[in-house]
Amino acid sequence: MNFDFETSRIDFVKHRKKFFIFSGSFLLIGIILLATLGLNLGIDFRAGTTIDVLAEDNISAAEINSQFEEIGYTPDEITIVGDASDTGRVQFIGDLNQQQTLEIQNYFEELYGSTPNVSTVTPIVGEELARNAIISVLIAAVGIIIYVTIRFEFLYALAAVAALAHDALFILIFFSMTQLEVNVPFIAAVLTIVGYSINDTIVTFDRIRENLALEKKVSKFKDLADVVNKSLIQTLARSINTVLTVVFAAAALVVFGGEGLRVFSIALVVGLLAGTYSSLFIASQLWLEMKNRQVKKREQKKLEEQEQPSEA
Amino acid sequence: MAKRKGVRKGFIALFFVIVVAFGALIATNVMDNVEDISLGLDLQGGFEVLYEAESLSDGMEINEEVLSDTVASLIARIDVLGVSEPVVSIEGDDRIRVQLPGVEDQNQARELLSTQAQLSIRDVDDELYLDGGDLVEGGARQSFDPNTNQPVVLVQVRDGSLFGEITSEIRQRPIGENLLAIWLDYEEGDTFSEEMMKEDSKIVSAPSVNETIQSSDIMISGSFTVEEAQNLAGILNAGALPVELVELSANSVGASLGERSLELAVNAGFIGIALIFAYMLVYYRFLGAVAIITLSMYIYVVLVVFNWMNAVLTLPGIAALILGVGMAVDANIITFERIKDEVRSGKSTMSAFRAGSRRSLSTILDANITTILAAGVLFYFGTSAVQGFAVMLIVSILTSFLTAVFASRLLLGLWVNSRALNKKPRLFGVKEREINEL
Repeated sequence: MNFDFETSRIDFVKHRKKFFIFSGSFLLIGIILLATLGLNLGIDFRAGTTIDVLAEDNISAAEINSQFEEIGYTPDEITIVGDASDTGRVQFIGDLNQQQTLEIQNYFEELYGSTPNVSTVTPIVGEELARNAIISVLIAAVGIIIYVTIRFEFLYALAAVAALAHDALFILIFFSMTQLEVNVPFIAAVLTIVGYSINDTIVTFDRIRENLALEKKVSKFKDLADVVNKSLIQTLARSINTVLTVVFAAAALVVFGGEGLRVFSIALVVGLLAGTYSSLFIASQLWLEMKNRQVKKREQKKLEEQEQPSEA
Repeated sequence: MAKRKGVRKGFIALFFVIVVAFGALIATNVMDNVEDISLGLDLQGGFEVLYEAESLSDGMEINEEVLSDTVASLIARIDVLGVSEPVVSIEGDDRIRVQLPGVEDQNQARELLSTQAQLSIRDVDDELYLDGGDLVEGGARQSFDPNTNQPVVLVQVRDGSLFGEITSEIRQRPIGENLLAIWLDYEEGDTFSEEMMKEDSKIVSAPSVNETIQSSDIMISGSFTVEEAQNLAGILNAGALPVELVELSANSVGASLGERSLELAVNAGFIGIALIFAYMLVYYRFLGAVAIITLSMYIYVVLVVFNWMNAVLTLPGIAALILGVGMAVDANIITFERIKDEVRSGKSTMSAFRAGSRRSLSTILDANITTILAAGVLFYFGTSAVQGFAVMLIVSILTSFLTAVFASRLLLGLWVNSRALNKKPRLFGVKEREINEL
């Protein structure tokens, strides 16, 4: 009794429509969510106001926060800077109006005896990074399509890139749903998932290609479906073990990595799970549908040719 | 069935020699490498500004040459600040990005960077008497006023008598108008009367002149601190900027992820890796032990290469490192699963190892090349942080490939060839009853 194709009862192909429907509707709802609710963009991507509060002595972020709450403001981010940890850099997303800045300045001037510096930040750095990342990933997708087409076949390339898009979108939608803050590290996480997703998909495709070459004749849907199921089951232990081990690392970052890495590592975990899901239930099944159509066409062509042989 | 031959102990001994040698290397030198790796802005805090270069005069073209001149003088100014790993890079046609890790006084840094450093000396009617061209290059220095002991900046004039002429002319004016206005970055339209009212004035100092000063040293005495005076002298020596720098954005980058957070992240990394090791050992038994050794090699080699490349470790870099760990684990798992398949199909340990290694190689190659390709594109088309990620990713993948494929194969091969593993499928995590008889 091993993890064998004949004895294993898992049929990945049979339920593919359900997975397509699940992923399809998830992505559809997600895109609607993204369009309406959008992402909770952090200070990296939104204009905001930075206020440097100089205290008399060293001070903690919690103290500054409670001072702001005293006068009815909730800072989006507080960091402690300065040689003696005596300066709090407080960031507000969105511009504060003049009245509000004045109020804050007066309050802290009375409190600590020095007027806080106020400056507005522009989100150009984050925006350009994001735009650039998106463009680069799109170009990379074209590169992947070309490489996989050469090494494998065009249909594999198409399915692999579809799975990649699925995984990247999945993270975005997850972040739209949970309204977790999107910052620059988030982009790094998405890029990582793009890398993982393509890697994961190619491994299963490699096995499909290998098993397909072993088949003598592939003419029916069932032949192809058998190949896909067999390949997925053969690589199942690898898929699970790989994602488990990487998720260990990412989950350790979520739990123990501290606040600064949280968004980054949550995005990683979500993306890793999405990547494995899409490799098991979406990518190969998409390939199967496309391949089946291709095979059918070929068979039909053959049939037509037999019925009315060409003149040459 | 082949007869069981004796165990060749030489191979096993060689295995332990390699492992112990590598272990000793890691133990003695990994901490040095870790400490040498410089951390990016996002890991140690710091600040980043993006400037747009604008021409100082009409008809001046912003081209690559002007931009690299600007970068050179920015770097000279940053030296004044004493930042250890500054990054000044040209982006696009007219942008310059400056990253200053670890800088805490951002206002000082901002001022220091974007000051044009065009020193000029004028009278109260804004008539120009002396400008940067009359000064000795590199002749500015911080000193102290001999009378008051206040910090001052001394600049040297090329022609000593020139300053005598200027002062003898100005001293004859009535009190209140016998002032020598020392301007930093005078712009057309600025006036003495308006500027003196401003809190953050461009007039550094405006001493009254009561006597003719025959000296080539001009003393600029503002209400400086020693540090401010040193900075001003530093800026003047670094030279004027050939362009005007307009701040497009200034971000204090993730200082929230300060040193303490980094420590947390490193600890979390250790925990994560320990979990991976434990899992590999439980699931793949003996093979897992080999994976642990090669994963340790991977982590060590990556750190050494990062250090050796003088790479700056950023958060995206850590992401790439994690992905590299994932791919190294994955390469091991792919190989091990193949070997297990072959063992299950009834092959001998030696031929299962050979077939498993061979057949897994093309899979690993395809998967890794695809990811490298993506990383290459990210590097080619990306900017700053994306590029950093791509470089780290490529290094991680290549290293993971070397350690997880070749080192694993070498180490495992030693055991397999020693014949010590023959007929012990349990060591591979394969149960006897799973094995098909050939």
